[in-house]
Amino acid sequence: MNNTLKNQVCNLSPGTEIQGKWHHVHYKILEKLGVGATGVVYLVQLVNGTLAALKISFSNMSVTAEVNVLKKLSQVKDKVLGPRLLDVDDWSYGSHALSFYVMEYVKGQPLLSFISTRGTEWLQVFASQLLTDLENLHEEGWVFGDLKPENLVVTSNPVKVRWIDVGGTTLQGRSIKEFTDFYDRAHWGLGSRKAEPTYDLFAVSMVLIHAAYGKRINKTDKPAEQLKQFILTTKQLEPFGDVLYQAVTGKYKSAKEMKTEVLSVEKRRGAKSKGTKPQNVRQPSAPRVKVKKKRSHVLETLLLCTSVMLIYILYLFIQVL
Amino acid sequence: MKKGTLKQMLVITDGGSNTGEDPVAMAALAKEQGISVNVIGVMEEDTIDEQSTNEIEGIAMSGGGVSQIVYVKQLSQTVQMVTRQAMTQTLQGVVNKELQQILGSSNSRLEELSPEKRGEIMEVVDELGETVDLEILILVDMSGSMKNKLPTVKESLLDLSLSLNARMGHNQFSIFLFPGKKKDVEKLMDWNPRLESLSTIFPKLTAGGITPTGPAIKEATHYFTKKRSLRGLLKNNEQYIEESGM
Repeated sequence: MNNTLKNQVCNLSPGTEIQGKWHHVHYKILEKLGVGATGVVYLVQLVNGTLAALKISFSNMSVTAEVNVLKKLSQVKDKVLGPRLLDVDDWSYGSHALSFYVMEYVKGQPLLSFISTRGTEWLQVFASQLLTDLENLHEEGWVFGDLKPENLVVTSNPVKVRWIDVGGTTLQGRSIKEFTDFYDRAHWGLGSRKAEPTYDLFAVSMVLIHAAYGKRINKTDKPAEQLKQFILTTKQLEPFGDVLYQAVTGKYKSAKEMKTEVLSVEKRRGAKSKGTKPQNVRQPSAPRVKVKKKRSHVLETLLLCTSVMLIYILYLFIQVL
Repeated sequence: MKKGTLKQMLVITDGGSNTGEDPVAMAALAKEQGISVNVIGVMEEDTIDEQSTNEIEGIAMSGGGVSQIVYVKQLSQTVQMVTRQAMTQTLQGVVNKELQQILGSSNSRLEELSPEKRGEIMEVVDELGETVDLEILILVDMSGSMKNKLPTVKESLLDLSLSLNARMGHNQFSIFLFPGKKKDVEKLMDWNPRLESLSTIFPKLTAGGITPTGPAIKEATHYFTKKRSLRGLLKNNEQYIEESGM
């Protein structure tokens, strides 16, 4: 696809009608949801009012490859491994036939903005949810590949993190199809670009780091050492330090193993020392406890004194008698 | 079925060829010999001029390859992506030809199949892309204007080797520079399964003003075919020795 056509496809105005050549379904564009390296995604409305996400790719082959993955994932019974695939078709745009596919619209807030408004206590929840989904995906023989905040949204009621772009999903044993430097273990010199479950676990760790630290860090000459040091010495990552270290160095063999460790962080943190825990909003609660304790001390002393006094008076009384 | 070898040329340049044969013609010639020519145009911020863009797109178009123009900092991601796309495109071309042969009509191209059928074929292409053997010759523009970009070029080639080494198929890499110290084109690395070895030999200094993109593509094309004939020679020699030994 040349640049002019790419620009046109990226800037289709709201209201534009798209009709499939093979299945003849009509879609009306409402707004642009995002542009990626491989294509552009629009929010569309079907004739019956349903909303959906429609992706037009810059190359027809990558549409087909992604559709293949989505199809495979939707064949897995009882588990939601990705957005539901609704339609695959071609759209005649001028003299071009553009391939597109339509999938379930996953409405939610981007992961990073959710964390920054609702607090880092959600990190553990999302890590656990992600690892559960990854475990299912890995069991089916796939690796997600391009795991990054941009591909994750948080839906409400119930609050759940979901992935929205499966373009990088690769069969295990092959080479990773799509990746993003910061979340790629090979970029950090901490492993190969082969699709293995450990590849995703590294990416999960980097997503957590990005969310907890608030930004990405740039790699230096000795990336592996740099990253390890960063994990061990950065305060914002503190409760997860151990888990992250193990994950980026490939110590966890499965998502399940990492999930268990992620969930035990709270317990360990509680057992180690209560003092370090309230770094965030809950700090005011600590002094309150102290005040209460002081009051009860006073009460205790008062009670003791009165009882001693009473006994003394009783003693005096007996003596007098 | 024996899978063949994919032959890909990857030109990394900032455009502006100014001496020797027309690079677009040389790319077309390479294509005729079964080699796809892909081009990555590396630009500084805001300096994409029309002429360079046209040249870059033109070379890839006539060379049956993929082109992409990027800023320096996006280079590593692009190099591996373009290579992957190029391989898929070439394989798809092969599949298209086969389809036309089997179905016997010129309009039975992949694009004209229903999405379902296309999906099945794409899976085969995917599988081939993962397992096929690859010969990739990298041509690096060393003209003056590329000087600041060379460290990034080296980084991105190392990154490319990470991606390609994760494949199941075998790889052979070779690197040419243009202009070379004495000639238009200079061989930096002979066919080698390990691209990582370039990290020690990649030069820091540039040769100077001219940009002989056309002659470079021409020479590189010869190098692909020379390799084959050398191999053929070796085979003949072996046979000869065996025969004479009997």
